Amino acid sequence: MRRYTEFTLLCLGVITTGWLHAQQAVPQRAAAYADAPNIPFETVPNFLTLPEGLYLGEGIGVARNIKNHVFVYTRSGESSRLFEFNENGDFIREIGRYLYGFSQAHAVRVDSEDNIWVVDEGTDMVIKFNPEGRVVMLLGRRPEAVQGLYETPRRSDSWPPPAVPYRFGRPTDVAWDSEGNIFVADGYFNSRVVKYDKNGRFIKDIGEERGTQPDQFNTPHSIQVDAQGNVYVADRNNSRIQVYNNDLERIAIYDNIGRPWALCITGGEHPYLYTSNSNPDNNNSALTAVTGEIYKMELDGTVIGKFGEPGKQWGKFGTVHAIDCRDENELLVAEITTWRVQKLILNPEGTP
Amino acid sequence: MSRMPGAMPIGLENLSEVLMKRSFQCLLVVISILCMGSSWAQQVVPDIEFDAVDPLSFPDDVYLGEAVGVATNSDGHIFVYTRSRGVNASLGTNRVFLRSAAQLFEFDENGDYRREIGQGLYGFVFAHTVRVDSEDNIWVVDEGSNMVIKFNPQGQVLMTLGRKPEAIRVPTPHADYQPGSGVGVLGDNFNRPTDVAWDAEGNIFVADGYANSRVAKFDKYGKFIKSWGSRGTEAGQFNTLHSIATDVDGNVYVGDRGNRRIQVFDNEGNFKTQFTHIGAPWAICITPGPHQYLYSSNSNGTASMDNGEIYKMELDGTVLGKFGTAGKLIGEFGSVHEIDCRNENELYVGEITNWRVQKLTLRP
Repeated sequence: MRRYTEFTLLCLGVITTGWLHAQQAVPQRAAAYADAPNIPFETVPNFLTLPEGLYLGEGIGVARNIKNHVFVYTRSGESSRLFEFNENGDFIREIGRYLYGFSQAHAVRVDSEDNIWVVDEGTDMVIKFNPEGRVVMLLGRRPEAVQGLYETPRRSDSWPPPAVPYRFGRPTDVAWDSEGNIFVADGYFNSRVVKYDKNGRFIKDIGEERGTQPDQFNTPHSIQVDAQGNVYVADRNNSRIQVYNNDLERIAIYDNIGRPWALCITGGEHPYLYTSNSNPDNNNSALTAVTGEIYKMELDGTVIGKFGEPGKQWGKFGTVHAIDCRDENELLVAEITTWRVQKLILNPEGTP
Repeated sequence: MSRMPGAMPIGLENLSEVLMKRSFQCLLVVISILCMGSSWAQQVVPDIEFDAVDPLSFPDDVYLGEAVGVATNSDGHIFVYTRSRGVNASLGTNRVFLRSAAQLFEFDENGDYRREIGQGLYGFVFAHTVRVDSEDNIWVVDEGSNMVIKFNPQGQVLMTLGRKPEAIRVPTPHADYQPGSGVGVLGDNFNRPTDVAWDAEGNIFVADGYANSRVAKFDKYGKFIKSWGSRGTEAGQFNTLHSIATDVDGNVYVGDRGNRRIQVFDNEGNFKTQFTHIGAPWAICITPGPHQYLYSSNSNGTASMDNGEIYKMELDGTVLGKFGTAGKLIGEFGSVHEIDCRNENELYVGEITNWRVQKLTLRP
């Protein structure tokens, strides 16, 4: 009798679940997907080699410097760790072991002078290391740890509190213009982009409240600046890239490329913009079925092509969280759910 | 030495510029100054020229975090008590759930790294200050463990004041945590203490602190003598007493940060005077020698770039000059949290937001 009851409940559960699924909007492909040509690419499996006893966790941040050394900021067992590899992917060293500013990794970027910048959403800090790996500048401040454990506040009218110039609320990314001005995407709790001068003095910010209107953000998740100083903000949950001039006045919105998790603008005379419509990191299979591709675009928003799809094998993507595109056809992608960094060779047969 | 509330003119630090640019406001400023009638008002505080360097060098794997504490001993060795490493949390309802958010480092007189003292020490939870006494003992104040710990010059623990709360199951404070009245019980444990000082007899004065609001006096053996103060704005009350120093006569100077004043007490805790014209005293330091000076930092808050200047004063509160401003470059200050003033013109400052110690050479 009891077994029969359990079976009935199970059936009811299955039916209810199916009904709930049917009520949800069926996830759609990004608008640009159908017409964007496929860009052929190959992957370099196991590009990074770690010494015995060291592991990557979630591959959250990846960036290369002028020597093509690879920096990976990863979520690791104790906190977060920053590793440096040489151009062949061989491990060289760890930077900032046990650093006070390391807690929950979010991004690493390398500026034009090979300084290494880390964005940590756990300590609410942006940390600048010189090429030798020493801390030379800090933005934001880790919350003090003296008053005990707090219940995580729920988002409400009164929380999070308004942003202030020199504190972040789970920042996500950093970029610079040719003057050295610093642009911080901030972030999960705050919903703004902040501009500082090269010495870390606040200039201005945009995006007072989280929202869907132009100049509002719903998780600004990645940020890049082009050679003219224009600022590209991946407004992830609004499924758009908002583009600003150097004074943070809006120029354009690109809303046909899905959810932009990671942006990267290439160097060289003809810069391109890569954006990843990554598959979700919560293993939602319905969304995974219609996401996972990376788009290659002109800076004006014209989509040139796309490549990639979700999956755990080499050559597929497990929630791309960062792209390094120092070379137009040689990318590094860092993935969350597959805990790895892949090196991708685009157009291996030569540019079509 | 008190001034009228709200009369601190924005342009005092550059009075001539204000005079030129804003004649009307200038008039108001002049009126305010005349009204104040204090010695402060009659002088434009001179700027003191200074050089700044970051003197410290580290092994590859050693990093400072927030450089909240800095002090030097008689050899010029530099001790830094820093909020560093990852802060590890024990989940559950344990009250004390943090470890390794504090490290004590020693550097030689050239700033070269010598050693770490007290690695993994039970009392190292959340650093606040370090001071070195006249016998080169090293004292740290930890606001996380609620302890004051005395090391001998070799780095061994000689004496402890206060006690770290046991890591037993007690309710954790809530987000709306408010400090208590802060008077404490005579001789009881500290509650987020901030600083320590000694008189010539070796009596110990503890600034206690964020949650308590009192000065506790102990004899040189650590036996409790008395305490004074409670939370409030009256003379003898405190609103976060954040820094403490004594002069050669045994008077006690308390940086009453939240009340934006330095209160001066005699050796028994009787109120003598207060200085209210130097902003919020985050860090105070009294120089040794026959003519003692008092330095006080009106530090920028950790979320701002306002203020940041350090004042040089006579012990009677007369301001002799000021220097510095908030910023991230060498020669600028990121929330100065402690000053070491081994002599009148050679200072070390530890900064919160810049994770840095700077050596300052004043050229008055």
